[in-house]
Amino acid sequence: MDFRNPVSRLKIIVFLLGWFPLLRLAILGIVGKLGANPVEFITHSTGTWTLVGLMLTLTITPLRQLTGYAGLIRIRRMLGLFTFFYASLHFVTYIWLDQFFDLQAIVKDVYKRPFITVGFMAYLLLIPLALTSSNAMIRRLGAKRWQRLHRLVYLIAILGVVHYWWLVKKDIRQPLLYAGILAVLLGWRAVRRQRAKD
Amino acid sequence: MTIRPPVIPSSEITSQTLYLQRRKFISNSALWASAAMFPEISAASTRLHAAVNSRYSTTETATDYKDITTYNNYYEFGTGKSDPSEYATDLKTRPWTIDIVGEVKHPKKWDIDALIKTFPLEERIYRMRCVEGWSMVIPWLGFPLASLIRQAEPTANAKYVEFTTLYDPAQMPGQRRAVLAWPYIEGLRMDEAMHPLSLLAVGLYGRALPNQNGAPLRLVVPWKYGFKSAKAIVRIRFMEQQPLTAWSRSVPSEYGFYSNVNPAVDHPRWSQAKERRIGEFFKRDTLPFNGYGDQVAGLYRGMDLRKYF
Repeated sequence: MDFRNPVSRLKIIVFLLGWFPLLRLAILGIVGKLGANPVEFITHSTGTWTLVGLMLTLTITPLRQLTGYAGLIRIRRMLGLFTFFYASLHFVTYIWLDQFFDLQAIVKDVYKRPFITVGFMAYLLLIPLALTSSNAMIRRLGAKRWQRLHRLVYLIAILGVVHYWWLVKKDIRQPLLYAGILAVLLGWRAVRRQRAKD
Repeated sequence: MTIRPPVIPSSEITSQTLYLQRRKFISNSALWASAAMFPEISAASTRLHAAVNSRYSTTETATDYKDITTYNNYYEFGTGKSDPSEYATDLKTRPWTIDIVGEVKHPKKWDIDALIKTFPLEERIYRMRCVEGWSMVIPWLGFPLASLIRQAEPTANAKYVEFTTLYDPAQMPGQRRAVLAWPYIEGLRMDEAMHPLSLLAVGLYGRALPNQNGAPLRLVVPWKYGFKSAKAIVRIRFMEQQPLTAWSRSVPSEYGFYSNVNPAVDHPRWSQAKERRIGEFFKRDTLPFNGYGDQVAGLYRGMDLRKYF
């Protein structure tokens, strides 16, 4: 890796920052600051960072179009993979710490609880995207097909926000914030597409 | 409707003094021990003396003082769990009055300190189950709600009791947004209110109630989900009609008037079969009526608890 290359430097910075949420949880855990309900804290934290990751990943393209800085595209895959990483931690926290591998309860939950159903769906859809993230996979699939597959991220982000929205008891400010950001990010794309057609 | 007197504990029939002395000794030593374990308790708050009422207390390990006082649902101070401990510190709880109004022979404006002096305090170690799926064991200090009700003498029209929390957006920042319809209203059916388990709490862990836990006076109904236990009460009204309670008004499909702890009736969006006891790693099974079924199931005989959730 060439450190004088600005794109490489950007990648290194993103790589280091990407571990921050996990490092924070680890430190809070070690000093005993995860609060009265640590499992809930970890679940919420990994869930929140997954949403943040999704939003950041979806910001890359509009940002590139606005700034004209093509190098940005080089960090998109890494952001996407970090998002998948935190989604996996979120999922494992639920399966392990929350349900303790009680398969029957999990199946019932996924089936009966709409917020868990959509969250579960979003996670399942993330898996093929993570698996096809390498250059080799892009070549194998062909750029067109690969891109079509990766448009699933729009649906995943919507499901993620819905998952959060349906889980809160009454105070929907936070989910509303994510919904607003996502609306802007998706709206941007829709408008550009429309303009390109006209 | 009939108001049944509570069952008289055998301890009160045989050598009461001895019983109380022994209780007091045990409870005091327990308090000293807990104060040593949790130095935060020894802070400013006033010490309150009361014997443990073992008849109505669980022997389960009490949740850490720190957890009880930093992990709270008290939307008047914000919807985050740590908001109440952060923003309730400046709530003025003196002077404080509680209006007893409605269908009673003796309406009265009680001063909080007069109330505490009038009704003998006792310690009750209760389980507390939140509708969100977590639980605690809390050593409350208080007196039976029934004592206050008997003093007020409800009329024959009094079928329900309504509790109103303080409304003061200047002191309660959470009330500046309409998350719920303020003021917070809760309610009980008369027989529920008269049940010996229903407690008006003024303290916990041998000390005056911290603001974030509902100071200076809160309700504790241990067989119902936590939100039924109204905090910072300023008014108790006796009514013929069932009160329109805060959560039930806000989301009627999810929160009923009764809201008894019931593992068989799920919240529409999550299961109520299990709970995480704060301080424990594994979830445990939730018990019908939060484990108080022996004492309270009779109140609901013949009622469809799926319908009256």
